[in-house]
Amino acid sequence: MNFLAHTLEELHEKLVNKELTAVELMESVYANIEETDERVGAFLTLNKEEALAAAREADEQGIDPDNVLSGLPVGIKDNISTKGIRTTAASKILEEFVPVYDATVVEKLKQAGMISVGKLNLDEFAMGGSTENSALKVTRNPWDLSKVPGGSSGGSAAAVAAGQIPVSLGSDTGGSIRQPASFTGLVGMKPTYGRVSRYGLIAFGSSLDQIGPFTRTVKDNALVLNVISGTDDRDGTSYRGDTPDFTEGIEEGVKGLRIGVPKEYFHEDAKETAIVESVRAALELYKEMGAEIVEVSLPHSKYGIPAYYIIASSEASSNLQRFDGIRYGYRSENIGSLEDIYVKSRSEGFGLEVKRRIMLGTFSLSSGFYDAHFKKAAQARTLIRQDFEKTFEDVDVLVAPTTTSTAFEIGGKIDDPLAMYMADVLTVPVNLAGVPSLSIPCGFSEDMPIGMQIIGKHFDEQTIYRTAYAYEKATDHHEKKPSFKGGE
Amino acid sequence: MNLEPVIGLEVHVELKTDSKMFSPSPAHFGAEPNTNTNVIDWGHPGVLPVVNKRAIEFGMKAALTLNCSIANETKFDRKNYFYPDNPKAYQISQFDQPIGYDGWIEIDVKGEKKKIRIERVHLEEDAGKNTHGDDGSSYVDLNRQGTPLIEIVSEADMRSPEEAQAYLDTVKQLIQFTGVSDVKMQEGSMRCDANISLRPVGQEEFGTKTELKNLNSFNNVRKGLQHEIKRQEKILNAGGAIQQETRRFDETTGETILMRVKEGSSDYRYFPEPDIPNLEISNDWIDDVRASLPEMPKERMERYVKDYKLPEYDAGVLTATVEMSDFFQETVDHGADPKQASNWLMGEVSAYLNSEHKELHDTQLTPKALAEMIKLIADGTISSKIAKKVFKELITKGSDDVKALVEDKGWVQLSDPAKLLPIISETLDQNEQSIEDYKNGKDRALGFLVGNVMKQTRGKANPGVVNKLLKEEMDKR
Repeated sequence: MNFLAHTLEELHEKLVNKELTAVELMESVYANIEETDERVGAFLTLNKEEALAAAREADEQGIDPDNVLSGLPVGIKDNISTKGIRTTAASKILEEFVPVYDATVVEKLKQAGMISVGKLNLDEFAMGGSTENSALKVTRNPWDLSKVPGGSSGGSAAAVAAGQIPVSLGSDTGGSIRQPASFTGLVGMKPTYGRVSRYGLIAFGSSLDQIGPFTRTVKDNALVLNVISGTDDRDGTSYRGDTPDFTEGIEEGVKGLRIGVPKEYFHEDAKETAIVESVRAALELYKEMGAEIVEVSLPHSKYGIPAYYIIASSEASSNLQRFDGIRYGYRSENIGSLEDIYVKSRSEGFGLEVKRRIMLGTFSLSSGFYDAHFKKAAQARTLIRQDFEKTFEDVDVLVAPTTTSTAFEIGGKIDDPLAMYMADVLTVPVNLAGVPSLSIPCGFSEDMPIGMQIIGKHFDEQTIYRTAYAYEKATDHHEKKPSFKGGE
Repeated sequence: MNLEPVIGLEVHVELKTDSKMFSPSPAHFGAEPNTNTNVIDWGHPGVLPVVNKRAIEFGMKAALTLNCSIANETKFDRKNYFYPDNPKAYQISQFDQPIGYDGWIEIDVKGEKKKIRIERVHLEEDAGKNTHGDDGSSYVDLNRQGTPLIEIVSEADMRSPEEAQAYLDTVKQLIQFTGVSDVKMQEGSMRCDANISLRPVGQEEFGTKTELKNLNSFNNVRKGLQHEIKRQEKILNAGGAIQQETRRFDETTGETILMRVKEGSSDYRYFPEPDIPNLEISNDWIDDVRASLPEMPKERMERYVKDYKLPEYDAGVLTATVEMSDFFQETVDHGADPKQASNWLMGEVSAYLNSEHKELHDTQLTPKALAEMIKLIADGTISSKIAKKVFKELITKGSDDVKALVEDKGWVQLSDPAKLLPIISETLDQNEQSIEDYKNGKDRALGFLVGNVMKQTRGKANPGVVNKLLKEEMDKR
């Protein structure tokens, strides 16, 4: 069984018809991982015994025909808390850490009958765009093993792209779902801030973080979002409004829809003109399908990168203070005082990029610098949010490239953090504004996938899925399979 | 140089909510270490704080009682610092938008009234507790971690240790009446730090201040300030300068000891807590909370003077604590004469509590029993002399039925003329000289005769009735 050929609904049908048992499905998952993951390196931890036991139980209880996800495998980004299963955030400081509770999303997946097969690699504490910042493992892009899968949710993307699993969860603080989805030819959703509970997500930038699904098709994605979203009393920032069925109206098409094209997102000097060309072609297609294409402006987009890196790093500098070597996690062996516990445990436990962000954030919050940095960034954020709100008075969704390049060589940018930060230019404004955005495959450049993002109004993921679904129906990018070429 | 102290106080008060400020753990005092905790209190990866609405209301109650304005929009902020009793390495507090601001209370020092302004009242969470064991290890107990606190910051309006103590007394009294805290310094549910500086009388500008910590009782606040005033005076009078520093009060020596010198202010890198949305407090909500406030000491005092005709002094004593005031009120509600109830509470009851070092709830006395006793005195069933015995019984052993008690003990007064007349006749027969003396206007004779009857009845006769009957009988002779 390779998941590249089947949607969630098709798998569900096979389980219901008993063409396939949950145990057979699960065994094939692990066989597949064993076969491919030595090359891909998506998983940090596998929990085969628990997963097979859960599959056996699902078979015994019978697959619920009304519950499309029951008995299906899922992978979890390793910054999401799983009870009794090591959760590392790909950091040395949490390398041995086993949580005592499940994140809300994990509880919800379990309630829906999904079975977690293991934990997926990421940039340490989700800080990065290539998964090269993982302290524990290198993850490779199944489309070209010499290239990065993107990040920070690189493991989540690579595992689905490689056909190891049909679905995974990632987290997106500044593009960490959409960019790897784009690099690996997947559908990846960053839901509206507040749509999915953050309880159990190891916090990076608390005001920006959202959990979302990676899938191969748009409808699969909506089905998983259905399950993981909803009000959570354990998360004060979780949305108190209703959760719709995200598949509802998904097939209605784009006729009459007003699609905004933010001019700031179409860099004519982009290194890869193929990206802009692919998105322009997609817009042509939308036009043919009856949508109205409107050029719009998000004038404060240029402040996105500085505002994002100040806010995310400031919040991170505070969020990561709890990793202090006192109660859990890595503690330096070489300590003579309380200060040693703090300084040495953290110096030895955190990687370079994490330290860089802690420094940046600590500096931005320091007295004397707060007004010029954090406060200014917060003001820029308000302007960026207002840009979106104003634009959405006139259009239903925005369409733009997800990234300025396709997946790059492993090691290609790692020594140039600024270039790495600048690469997030098209994804971070969405997080600053809190709006939802979905990246879907929209073509190839030199055999590497290109992603297009569809940005929606706050809490209007439905229109995004509808727009994406129409495009997916009319194209076949999502049906192409990765080559596993390259590598050693 | 004539120097004047300038004092401001920061008071922390623990709120008596069932659960913690941001987690569902119980917020109770005195459990085994780390039993009232959960993953949120431990600061495990991925956990989030959720605001306890009751703590917000309690904070509002306290702030309203201190005459503060309530912010319609308030928020929480993170105060960042590393310490083992602070598991997240930040404390959730309020920085620039406290829930309450611009308040005041009136204090009274030896009859002189003064308004002390309150700058702000803000909500925050308490830290855990570190202890250092004999085995060389340090231990962290997170039971207290996350307990809701309010911090009440006064303006530097106090000019003497006595004013500072009066301020604390009043804050304690007011908060206690609202019921949002036990406000007990010995248990740590009320804590106080003081800022103090001296300046030449007449000078506007403040001098350099020091901060006093570890003031863990009302007396220590006064003593610590007194010592610090002397210490600063000595330095200033010798031409020296005060260093901005934090000092600790040492109970055993009665002196303040240097803890650390402040080199600029510590940088807590405050920023808005992203896990908690800004809190909108509508005027309706504020009005509801205001309406839910119990009657406060000043209102009660005024009512006691107006409705019960109590002297202002008595009303003040009765409303000094919520327990005394509630006890008085219930005694009156059980039908006791207010003046009598007040006399007993201020007299015998207070004397007993002082001599035994007890509080009302430590005794067996109930408002109902006290009211019944007062009624039995009023209707002549018991004498006021006997009443002292009854009172002793009630406060040490208690009783549900005071009338039955005095009957059982044989403490009922003899008031029935039919029973008293034979004894009176006998007494008069034996003391003819006294009758003569009485008729000649010697009042002492009547007293002698009354005493005689009392002796005959072993003190049980109702002296008023005896008096009346004796006069009538002598007039007949």
